[in-house]
Amino acid sequence: MALLEVRNLGITFGGLHAVEKFSVSVEKGQLYGLIGPNGAGKTTVFNLLTGVYQPTEGEIVLDGKSIVGQKPAVINKAGIARTFQNIRLFKDMTVLDNVKVALHNQVKYSALTGVLRLPAYFKQERVMNEKALSLLKIFDLEGEAAQMASSLPYGKQRKLEIARALATGPKLLLLDEPAAGMNPNETAELMEIVRLVRDRFGIAILLIEHDMSFVMGLCERIVVLDYGRVIAEGDPETVRTDPKVIAAYLGGEA
Amino acid sequence: MKIKSLNHNFRRSLVTYGIVIAAFAVIQIISGMGMLTNSLSGQLVPICAYIIMAVSLNLTVGILGELSLGHAGFMSVGAFMGAFVSVCLTDVMPGWLSLTLALLAGTAAAAVIGLLIGIPVLRLQGDYLAIVTLAFGEIIKNLLNSFYVGRDASGFHFSLKDAPSLNLDETGEIIINGAQGITGMPRSATFTLGFVLILITLAIVQNLIDSRTGRAIMSIRDNRIAAESVGVNITKYKLIGFSVSAALAGLAGAMYAHNFSTLVARKFDYNTSILVLVFIVVGGLGNIRGSVIAAAALTVLPELLRGFSDYRMLVYAVVLIVMMLFNQSPQLAAWRRKWTAKLTRGQADGKGA
Repeated sequence: MALLEVRNLGITFGGLHAVEKFSVSVEKGQLYGLIGPNGAGKTTVFNLLTGVYQPTEGEIVLDGKSIVGQKPAVINKAGIARTFQNIRLFKDMTVLDNVKVALHNQVKYSALTGVLRLPAYFKQERVMNEKALSLLKIFDLEGEAAQMASSLPYGKQRKLEIARALATGPKLLLLDEPAAGMNPNETAELMEIVRLVRDRFGIAILLIEHDMSFVMGLCERIVVLDYGRVIAEGDPETVRTDPKVIAAYLGGEA
Repeated sequence: MKIKSLNHNFRRSLVTYGIVIAAFAVIQIISGMGMLTNSLSGQLVPICAYIIMAVSLNLTVGILGELSLGHAGFMSVGAFMGAFVSVCLTDVMPGWLSLTLALLAGTAAAAVIGLLIGIPVLRLQGDYLAIVTLAFGEIIKNLLNSFYVGRDASGFHFSLKDAPSLNLDETGEIIINGAQGITGMPRSATFTLGFVLILITLAIVQNLIDSRTGRAIMSIRDNRIAAESVGVNITKYKLIGFSVSAALAGLAGAMYAHNFSTLVARKFDYNTSILVLVFIVVGGLGNIRGSVIAAAALTVLPELLRGFSDYRMLVYAVVLIVMMLFNQSPQLAAWRRKWTAKLTRGQADGKGA
C-alpha cells in the first residue's frame, strides 16, 4: 500500500469547486510533482492534505491511517510536514530556534522541567542543539545559526523552511514552490538538496513548482491540475507530451 | 565560538539578574545612610510589584504576542485572595508562614482565573482579543467591588449584594466589605521580599522563554500557521503563556496588598492595566530587561518630578514621548547593542575562566 493515498478529494468555497475528485498515490521515497497553471488549486491541495482546510469530500490515508478532519498539528505528528509558498518563518527567532521549535514533538521535556532547569532540560537541549545543527549543516546554514531568521537572504530562508519541516520527522514532505525566486545556480543546488534529503531520510516528497526543468529533472511522477481537476498523471515524459497539459499551459483546444 | 553564541540567551538573563541585584544593593546602601526620602521609600514595594506586573505582562504581549488590556484584573484577584488569606490566618500562625501562604494563594487564584478567562478569550485574535481582555478586567473589578465575605462561628459567608445579607451571627466579622474593600492585612511586604519575588519572577519568565515551551509560545506569535504546521498545539501553549502571565500578576498583587492596611478594587482599574502596558512598550516588547528598567524608572519618575508640582504629569508625558522617540532611533539601538555586547562578553570571560 502506498504511503499517501488520496481518493476523490474535493473542497468547495461557496459555489466554487476549488478542487474536485483529486486522487493521487505517493509511494515511500518517491519524488512526486504537482503542477498546473496559476489558480489550478495546487496550494489548496496542500492545505487540504495538511488540515488547514477541511475537505468537503474524499479520503486522505497516510500510512494506512485516515487523517481527514484532523488539525494541522495532529497531521504533522502523523507524518506530513510542509513549506509555504509565501515563506512563513518564525522571523523574530534565531535560525537555530526555528529548527528547535520544529523538534517540539521529537525531543520533549515538560514546561516545569524547563523553568526549574532540571537535569533533563540540559540533556534534552543538548540533543536538540545537535539535531538542529546537523539539519542546518545539510542546508549549509550552520554558520547563520545564531542570526535572526528574518535577516537571512531569500534563498536561505527557503532552505531554512525545508530544514524546519524536516525537523518534525515527516514521512512525507510537501514543498510549495521551493525554487520560487531562486536564480539558476540556487535552483540547481536545491535540486541536489531535495535528492539528498530523499535519499538520506528515505521520505516521500510531493512538490509544487513552476520551474519546469526543475520538476521534469527531479520528479519521478507528476500529476497535473487544471481548474481543480486532475488532467494528467504519469512519468515526466508522458506528462510533457500530453496534449491536455500542453493545452492547459499554452491555451487552445485539447 | 559557536557554543558561546548559543549561550547568548543565558548570558542575557544573567545581565538582567545582575542589574536587579545591583539596584537592590545601591538602594539598600542609600537607605542605610538615611538618604532615601519618605515618599520614595514608601514606593519601594509598589515599584517591585509593578516590575513583576511588567515582566508578566510582557510574557503575554511580547512573547505570546497577544495584546491584553486587563492585566490589572489578575493583579486584583491575587491581591484580594492574598489579603483574604492573610487576614484569616494572621492570628493562627507566624507572620512569615501566613505571608507565604497568602502569596501562594494569590498566585494560584490568579492562575485559575487566567485559565478560565483564557479559554474563551484566546479563541480571538488581535484587536478583538484586546477588547475582550479589557472587558474581563472591568468585570473582575466590578465583581470584587460588590463582593462581601464574612466569617462567624458557623464558617464563611459570601454575598454579592450587601453586608447584612451575609446573615452573620454575633461572633461574625466582615472580611471583604464590597466597595470598601478589605482591611486588616499585616503590612508585612518589605523591599527585600519584593526583591526576592522579582528574582523569582525573572527566573520563571526567562527560563520559560529559553525552553521548549517558550519557543513554542514565540512560534505562535511569529506565525500561527507555521507553528501549527510543525506540530505545536496552539491552544495549549497560548493557555500556558496566558496563565503563567496571570499567575505572576497575582503574585504581584498579593505582595502589593501587604503594603497597605486597606485595599479596594477600584485601585486595579483600566488605568493600571494601561500603565503597565506603557511600561512594557517603553521597555520594548519581548524585552524582559527593558520591562524591569522601564517599570522602575516610570514609577519613580512622578516622585522625582514633585519639584514641578502642577506640571508634573505634563513633564511625565513629555519624558515618555522623548523616551519612545529615542528608543526608535537606529543610532541609539546600535549604541545599545554595542554596549550589551561589551557587557555580556565581560561576564562570559569572567565566568569561563
